[in-house]
Amino acid sequence: MAEKVVEIRGLKKSFGDLKVLQGVDLDLFKEENLVVLGKSGSGKSVLIKIMVGLLKQDAGTMHVFGKEVSRLNSKQLNELRLKIGFSFQNSALYDSMTVKENLEFPLVRNVKNLTKGEIQKKIEGLLDSVGLPQTINQMPSELSGGQKKRIGVARTLILDPEIMLYDEPTAGLDPITCMDINNLINEVREQFKTTSIVITHDLTCAKVTGDRMAVLLDGQFKAVGSFNEVFAHADDQRVKSFYDYNFIES
Amino acid sequence: MAEKSDERKPLLSKKIDKFFTGLADAWNFVRRFFQEVFLPPYEFKEVVHQCYRIGVESLPLISLTGFIVGIVFTNQSRPSLSEFGASSWLPSLISIAVVRAMGPLVTALIAAGKVGSSIGAEIGSMKVTEQIDAMEVSATNPFKFLVVTRVLATTFMIPILVMYTDFVALMGSFLNVNSNELVSLSTFFVQVFESISFLDIWSSVLKSLLFGFTIGIVGCYKGYNSSKGTEGVGRAANSAVVISMFLIFIEELLVLQVVNAIRGM
Repeated sequence: MAEKVVEIRGLKKSFGDLKVLQGVDLDLFKEENLVVLGKSGSGKSVLIKIMVGLLKQDAGTMHVFGKEVSRLNSKQLNELRLKIGFSFQNSALYDSMTVKENLEFPLVRNVKNLTKGEIQKKIEGLLDSVGLPQTINQMPSELSGGQKKRIGVARTLILDPEIMLYDEPTAGLDPITCMDINNLINEVREQFKTTSIVITHDLTCAKVTGDRMAVLLDGQFKAVGSFNEVFAHADDQRVKSFYDYNFIES
Repeated sequence: MAEKSDERKPLLSKKIDKFFTGLADAWNFVRRFFQEVFLPPYEFKEVVHQCYRIGVESLPLISLTGFIVGIVFTNQSRPSLSEFGASSWLPSLISIAVVRAMGPLVTALIAAGKVGSSIGAEIGSMKVTEQIDAMEVSATNPFKFLVVTRVLATTFMIPILVMYTDFVALMGSFLNVNSNELVSLSTFFVQVFESISFLDIWSSVLKSLLFGFTIGIVGCYKGYNSSKGTEGVGRAANSAVVISMFLIFIEELLVLQVVNAIRGM
């Protein structure tokens, strides 16, 4: 059996009066692509933000590489973050920096003693991997939505993460660019041997990129399994309607 | 569907609760600045970049304002002094007014409007577009890169801008005095330097340091804690200016009391 890299047990999180996660249990295994599906506001992004220590859970545990995230001090948390790449929904590129500076920013601050040549080579290599070598000196404002997503992925890959977290990677993109991004997610796994969590409500993205699906409803995972297991034999009407809406079936 | 949890009762009324929570937050922000400023890694390159943006890019506006302040203040003071046959005291009066109060105050208020709002809006927009989160998850310290560098830059650059404004305002005043009273440049500046003391310069620098720190820390705090999308960014920029200006006047008053007490010793 593959090595377990993430173990979540009884995870709860509320924002004021709003209960978002209400006892989430989940395991993530090495080199698998897990897709987390759910409605907007169901707490999908909250889950991965807890994983990188951007948010703290109210109860339950989140072990990543055997370490309980909420108990790490800032130094330990940063060591863990180096192993996790987070691709944001809106790409979150630093808009006052060029593409090259965006990729350089985490690299020069976390990997010491790199020469200028090595930095340049690494940046060019990654931009080649995401198919955008020509954008190296462009500003984020000059890029299209799909290009921004790709550069965002390249920036996370620059620190050679072991886990990739994709927050709504295809949101707001046209169908062709969505397919490009889906292929990129699969290529990243092949090339960099990463374990991934893809947060989405796009079932095409889920089907193309996911080994396993987990559907988040009422703050808990209601259905976990392969695409067919989750949707072909869905008992919950809301899971069924999720499928029907995405594939226009009734 | 997410459920509502049990309602938490505020300790006092909601507004008072919010006010004190805000004060505590602001205090923790300032404390964090002083903790981070001395710890490596140091972002020297970014400090220099911010000094350039805050200092050099403010020069045209500061020059124009300082020059006009010098001319206008001289023009407005002349009739009153002339009434007592004391128009020859104009350089002394102007120098004391400019160095002690108007130079630091005018520069700080302009910088609060120009620099404070730009810091608040820039950091606020980075916050709502998750750029700050992106820095954090890539194991870098956004506070050090965004806050420490900007606060250092405003703290260093405002005193320099104040000295520059003093000079430009005095030059404006000289042009006015020269065209009306035919006083030479050397005579004008001899009178200027005879009128101001070391304490005036020291208090001006101290005030400018305080003003610079205030503009930087308030802009960063408001930006760093902005929320609610673009509306929040606008509010952050706006409140950065309003709060900075309010604090600048309070600080001016406090420093004035301290300097007057020293002068009276």
